[in-house]
Amino acid sequence: MTRISVSVDGATYTDDVEPRTLLVHYLREQLGKTGTVVGCDTSNCGACTVHLDGRSVKSCNVLAVQADGHDVTTIEGLAQGGELHPMQKAFHECHALQCGYCTPGMIMQSIDVLNDNPHPSEQEIREGLEGNLCRCTGYHNIVRAVQQAASSTGAQA
Amino acid sequence: MIPASFAYTAPTSLSEALSALAAGGDEAKIMAGGQSLLPILRMRLNAPSTVIDLSKIEELRGISEDGDHVVVGAMTTHSDVVTSELLQQHATLLVQAVKEVADPQIRHRGTLGGALAHADPAGDVGAPALALDCEFMIASQDGSRRTVGAADFFVDLFETAVGEDELLVQIRIPKHTGWGAHYEKFVRVKHQWSIVAVGATVRVEGETIAEAKIGLTNMGSTPLRATAVEQALIGKPATDEAVREACAAAADGTNPPSDLNGDSDYRKHLATVLTRRAVLAAAAG
Amino acid sequence: MTVTDDRPTTEVGTARLRKEDQRLITGRTKWTDNIQLTGMLHMAMVRSPFAHAKITAIDTSAAAAAPNVMAVYTGADLGEGQGVLINAWPITPDQKAPTHLPMPSERVAFAGEIVACVVARSAAAARDAAELVDVDYEELPAALELKDALSDRVLAHPDLGTNKSAYWVFDSKEAGTGGDVEEAIAKARTDGVVIEREFRQNRLIPAFMEPRSVVVDPTGEQNVMWSATQVPHIVRFALAATTGVPESKIRVIAPDVGGGFGGKLQVTPEEWIVWSVARTLGKPVKYTETRSESLVAAHHGRDQWQKLTMAAEKDGTLTGFKVELTADLGAYVAVVGGGVPVLGAFMFNSIYKFSSYHFACQTVFTNKTWTDAYRGAGRPEATFGIERMMDELAAELDMEPLELRRKNWISSDEFPFTTVCGMEYDSGNYEAATDEATASFGYDELRAEQKRRRDAGDPVQLGIGISTFTEMCGLAPSRVLGSLNYGAGGWEAASVRMLATGKVEVVTGASAHGQGHETAFSQIVADQLGVPFEDVEILHGDTQISHKGMDTYGSRSLVVGGEALVKASEKVIAKAKPVAAHLLEASVDDIEFSAGRFGVRGTDQGLSIQEIALAVFAAHNLPDGMEPTLDADAVYDPVNFSFPHGTHLCAVEVDTETGAIKMRKYTCVDDIGTVINPLIVEGQVHGGLVQGIAQALWEDAVYDDAGTLVSGSFVDYTLPTAADTISYDVHHRSTPSLTNTLGTKGVGEAGTIASTPAVVNAVIDAIRHLGVDDIVMPCTPERVWKAIRSAGANQAAPTVGAAQPHFDESETENGAAL
Repeated sequence: MTRISVSVDGATYTDDVEPRTLLVHYLREQLGKTGTVVGCDTSNCGACTVHLDGRSVKSCNVLAVQADGHDVTTIEGLAQGGELHPMQKAFHECHALQCGYCTPGMIMQSIDVLNDNPHPSEQEIREGLEGNLCRCTGYHNIVRAVQQAASSTGAQA
Repeated sequence: MIPASFAYTAPTSLSEALSALAAGGDEAKIMAGGQSLLPILRMRLNAPSTVIDLSKIEELRGISEDGDHVVVGAMTTHSDVVTSELLQQHATLLVQAVKEVADPQIRHRGTLGGALAHADPAGDVGAPALALDCEFMIASQDGSRRTVGAADFFVDLFETAVGEDELLVQIRIPKHTGWGAHYEKFVRVKHQWSIVAVGATVRVEGETIAEAKIGLTNMGSTPLRATAVEQALIGKPATDEAVREACAAAADGTNPPSDLNGDSDYRKHLATVLTRRAVLAAAAG
Repeated sequence: MTVTDDRPTTEVGTARLRKEDQRLITGRTKWTDNIQLTGMLHMAMVRSPFAHAKITAIDTSAAAAAPNVMAVYTGADLGEGQGVLINAWPITPDQKAPTHLPMPSERVAFAGEIVACVVARSAAAARDAAELVDVDYEELPAALELKDALSDRVLAHPDLGTNKSAYWVFDSKEAGTGGDVEEAIAKARTDGVVIEREFRQNRLIPAFMEPRSVVVDPTGEQNVMWSATQVPHIVRFALAATTGVPESKIRVIAPDVGGGFGGKLQVTPEEWIVWSVARTLGKPVKYTETRSESLVAAHHGRDQWQKLTMAAEKDGTLTGFKVELTADLGAYVAVVGGGVPVLGAFMFNSIYKFSSYHFACQTVFTNKTWTDAYRGAGRPEATFGIERMMDELAAELDMEPLELRRKNWISSDEFPFTTVCGMEYDSGNYEAATDEATASFGYDELRAEQKRRRDAGDPVQLGIGISTFTEMCGLAPSRVLGSLNYGAGGWEAASVRMLATGKVEVVTGASAHGQGHETAFSQIVADQLGVPFEDVEILHGDTQISHKGMDTYGSRSLVVGGEALVKASEKVIAKAKPVAAHLLEASVDDIEFSAGRFGVRGTDQGLSIQEIALAVFAAHNLPDGMEPTLDADAVYDPVNFSFPHGTHLCAVEVDTETGAIKMRKYTCVDDIGTVINPLIVEGQVHGGLVQGIAQALWEDAVYDDAGTLVSGSFVDYTLPTAADTISYDVHHRSTPSLTNTLGTKGVGEAGTIASTPAVVNAVIDAIRHLGVDDIVMPCTPERVWKAIRSAGANQAAPTVGAAQPHFDESETENGAAL
């Protein structure tokens, strides 16, 4: 067991974890951050995407011990003071989700896309989301949502 | 989806890392960005007794200029490579290729040195490193450093010149300032590894190609140089017709794999088409 | 008076934003894998690596002795207590089917079948110990390739003596619904045209994003199962029927479910094993599959050969269509199983006026993953077959493919129309949908560009693909299902409960997993009862709350389940009316109900239904003898299917140098009857389109010669990303269905059903002039290039059954920094 101290969605957690524990399993099972989900075992699907020190990562592809001393933001930490993040709002308003399973990862990555490039073209949005799979929406409305978020806010993570 | 148990150590200096590697012996595994290693561990295709995480060694990160070279620390992430103005200016081909590595999340964690040392022949960093005549600085147990040229670095499938108890520390890239570059990657869906890809960088004088360097991805067990094509291009005008003729031999001597995405013959054909496109795009840009 | 002022005049037809989004976009979701219970144990499975083998010994001792392991079970340990997995639709009386045990103890019939399970205090401990289970196998020859399996050379189940399961036939002459197809073909051979083709339906994996998960809690009087399933009611019924536990002691809950597409329409070995083990141990047990397990063990879809013969007159008038299918069941007959191709039996004739028709399907066992419903189930295969053949006939006759279709389809003034299969199509307007589609698509301009590129010998050629489709959806009239020997009915149940606060609780037997029922059903009930949308709450997916239901599949939830809501709402209004009369001191005959208000004719007096709900709750002043409730139940059994239709047009660029395909434009105009929520409808179409396009271009479950699934991870089972797809030009029309009062038709599967042939037709259209008239799906760049190169040799280039070794275990060099 290794002692780690991680800031997640604004709170600091100190825990003993096995080195083999993946960040996503630590978030879900030890912290109850079940908004972040697991969709594959090869790092293709991106459902587990969170922000680590402000950059998007696949939390299945990071060990919990590697997050020691770092700052993690999950889908559950986006809304501030009861106010949805503009990207969450855009996903709702553009009907960019159906079953919702890919949604947490998709939203986290979409925010990262705009952080990198506040005014992306449609193709840049599509390429920015190439590490996230969705089976319901055909991506059409996800792209619309990112476009809406970009035009309404610029990029604020 | 749950790796087998392992011990974990995260040294903060190169010498500590080398000691950990020596102590760990056969059963230890180095983790750079971990973006290929962690899937392997999750699927229990490998179960090292110790994982040595290099991410806390600051001296292995960073991009700097050293005379005629740009020097990239092995633990520099792909996203740092992509956003480096120094590399964009002097090693455009590398930047173009690294943009095509996996996806943004992976590029935030994955490292240039890690990907090179992993030596997946379908990975996108080997061919440009080979084409750019990169030099690889390797640290040994006795504290010495040795430099291996690109031609000797890639040994076989997932095998490089880095010895069992050694570490790759730096990639030294000869400046290719003013060279045009293009990395042409062929996939069926975007999140795939390259079926075939071609990296070309060319120096154009007037209307003529003065020099060309071409690296092939996934055309054999290691990245390959298309040297015959490079030779044939010298002095040729950068026209479709001339380049087409010079690139016809792009697949000569290659031995690409056959798999779900295409058989060997198809890959050879792709290599010739993609080489022509890469060279023309490089010459234009 | 209440609240109804700023509502839109009707909810139905309004693009309401979804109610269910709030929890899904904030991570406040309840997936099955989220469930943690005190003392809960975790299960890991040991699966066969062999496609067909005898289990000669299983040594579980090392696993049982591992830290924190509570138990290890083999099939023999569980014995009869594990129950059996059922097939609900024996398509013929003599259908052959092997017993399907959740965990066999003697022989495995596909790679991925479960042979042992480990239960431990953590998921990690269970996985660690599962690695220690030592199984000895004696490999048996495996039946793998579908056509080869038909020969019975190697048997998937030696005891059955054959790989042939059932042979199902529909013949229009025998049925009295049309003429003799052999006569039509013979005549066409003399003085008409006969087109003969054989098409492959690739094997697909539903690949819902949420891996399946199941938790069983055997404590308390009711045994509770949470499962990531589309069909909680079917699961409860089948558990009761096969394990001897009374239905009343079984509660199945489908909490938030992350997609299904038919892939979660199943009764699964994993559910049955967790059920059995939890009850044996008396402790809650959870099992969540990995993606690799999901791809190899959750049922697959499609996988057919289609031998098609089309007869026509020289002017293009269709006269006969003969369909001979060979369908791969995989190793077992799944819950719908052989019924999937039969669902396509009445659809190969599609929108066209054939005078004779013959359909025959042979279902076959192989030692591969079992197959069952995948989005569209039978109808995509049929639409593919007919729409590809229409293009082939058009090419043969040198006719514009749209003209050929126009010549043969049912014109709008011919409805209702009884087809050569005896189906009665109630409504449709193929002309209007096609006109709208061609205009929006820019059909003529694209044809002109195609000609320019062709004339110039451009290395990038343009192709235009057409698919004018219909489907039967809304499973289904129980009587029809009965005539097809389906094991259950096709009704749906609903309850409407008027709460004291004026809120409305609606219970549906449909079980949503992404469709947006909470929103769309609220809209229907809000209109029926005249209450605000926000006041309606939809409850579903828990057999203790929704005790009666047939669940969600086959585009049935709205057309069947939605109609049940209407019926239940009507009963509520009927109950409320005498109360209104009583309270308003008027005659019942003078009470009118409109927009949620019971008024007295000719006066301004009235009460809202919500006020009446409160009065009935108080029950202080009700008509004599009245039961103090407005609540009502209804079960609706449809009289017919509904028949949505549409015209889909696709333009692709084919790079003749590499075989790469790039989609330029995709336009569809679907006539789906009355639209409840256009936003949800468009979303369904977008997603459906991409799944259908993916069958044409990307997805393929490939096995190697040993029967191992090569495309066994998302590295090799290539789902498209946002970067591989485009924005779609989606329109809809609304010719109301006449088979239900709302006028709705199903839409959940339409995009998938229509798009696959549109794409393949476009690819062929781009390169037909180079001598190519077919490419096996998925149309990979390699296949396209080889087809062009072989200049019409019509070859089906075999896919190499190997994956790239990115995650190969051989790669263990030490110093390599990964």
